[in-house]
Amino acid sequence: MAKSNKPLVWGPFAAGGTITAFVTPVLIVLTLLAALGYVPEMLGYENLRGVLAHWFAKLSVSVIIFLSLWSVAHRLRITCYDLGVRADALVAAALYLAAVLGSVAAVVYLARI
Amino acid sequence: MSERLVEVEVLRYNPETDSEPHFQRYSVSCEEEWVVLDALNHVKETIDPTLSYRWSCHMAVCGSCGMMINGEPKLACKAFLRNYEGVIRVEPLAHFPIERDLVTVIDDFVSKLARVKPYLIPKEDKPLSAGEYRQTPAQLKKYKQYTLCINCMLCYSACPEYGLIPKYIGPAALSLAHRYNADSRDGGREERAQEVAATEGVWDCSFVGACSEVCPEHVDPASAIQQEKIANMVDWYKEHLMPGGAK
Repeated sequence: MAKSNKPLVWGPFAAGGTITAFVTPVLIVLTLLAALGYVPEMLGYENLRGVLAHWFAKLSVSVIIFLSLWSVAHRLRITCYDLGVRADALVAAALYLAAVLGSVAAVVYLARI
Repeated sequence: MSERLVEVEVLRYNPETDSEPHFQRYSVSCEEEWVVLDALNHVKETIDPTLSYRWSCHMAVCGSCGMMINGEPKLACKAFLRNYEGVIRVEPLAHFPIERDLVTVIDDFVSKLARVKPYLIPKEDKPLSAGEYRQTPAQLKKYKQYTLCINCMLCYSACPEYGLIPKYIGPAALSLAHRYNADSRDGGREERAQEVAATEGVWDCSFVGACSEVCPEHVDPASAIQQEKIANMVDWYKEHLMPGGAK
């Protein structure tokens, strides 16, 4: 049988899953802290904006956002299939496109900082 | 020893006389330490000799007596009656066609198993006089747990993907392919990749993990499949993105 080309979409999915497993809990903790009124000075708006002005920070955040969105898109694609939605090509195209559009939006926003 | 009365509801199907399967209930007076297989043997010996099911070792080694017990794939020889309340429902393994009563047709699994070449394909042939193929304990540890598979097919019954996609090669065959791929003496990974790296190979797995939950030998087929996915992904990127396509 021919080898599958699925690794092309699975690679970023696996990478995104691994990244979100580490990043999401941190984001939840920080958001909770902020909600409780405790915002360390280092994580203040001006400070974070300053960090994101650096090209390497922009690149890192872009990569993290792309991989996370792609991971969600791929997981949703498989969930749709498992739930009985068999129009896989259509579902895949729509979800991956959404992930790419979200990433492009993030890149455009970051570029403006 | 205390005896108690257990109600067992068994799926019956005789292709010669039945148009479709039906349940038949038996009352079995059983001992405290009996397993479901003991109850079935008791039924066959004393109540109904026509009941058909596979079994051999009665000690979770042969992998013959896999069946659905209250909807869960289990080895009948490992399922203690005392752990169940009320009527115990016994059905043939899910996702396989029924041959007769609790006996299923396993041809699909057997042919898939053969396709992944689950045997050592030596990296280099050397004459007997050159001695053994040596291996360190660390090299052995990499694949040892995957050698414990007894081909009982509980993982195929538990796997929702196999239920959805009958072409999917499935947990046990893929984890046995990984067992040999991960063996330092083996050189057959590329040959096996024809099946393992195909869409019906590891890529139809969506990592539900039910295979590893039901495995009576703790083989953890899900981990084998994920390791194969990573290895095959690296291969794919090498073949498609590297100049010259390292094969």
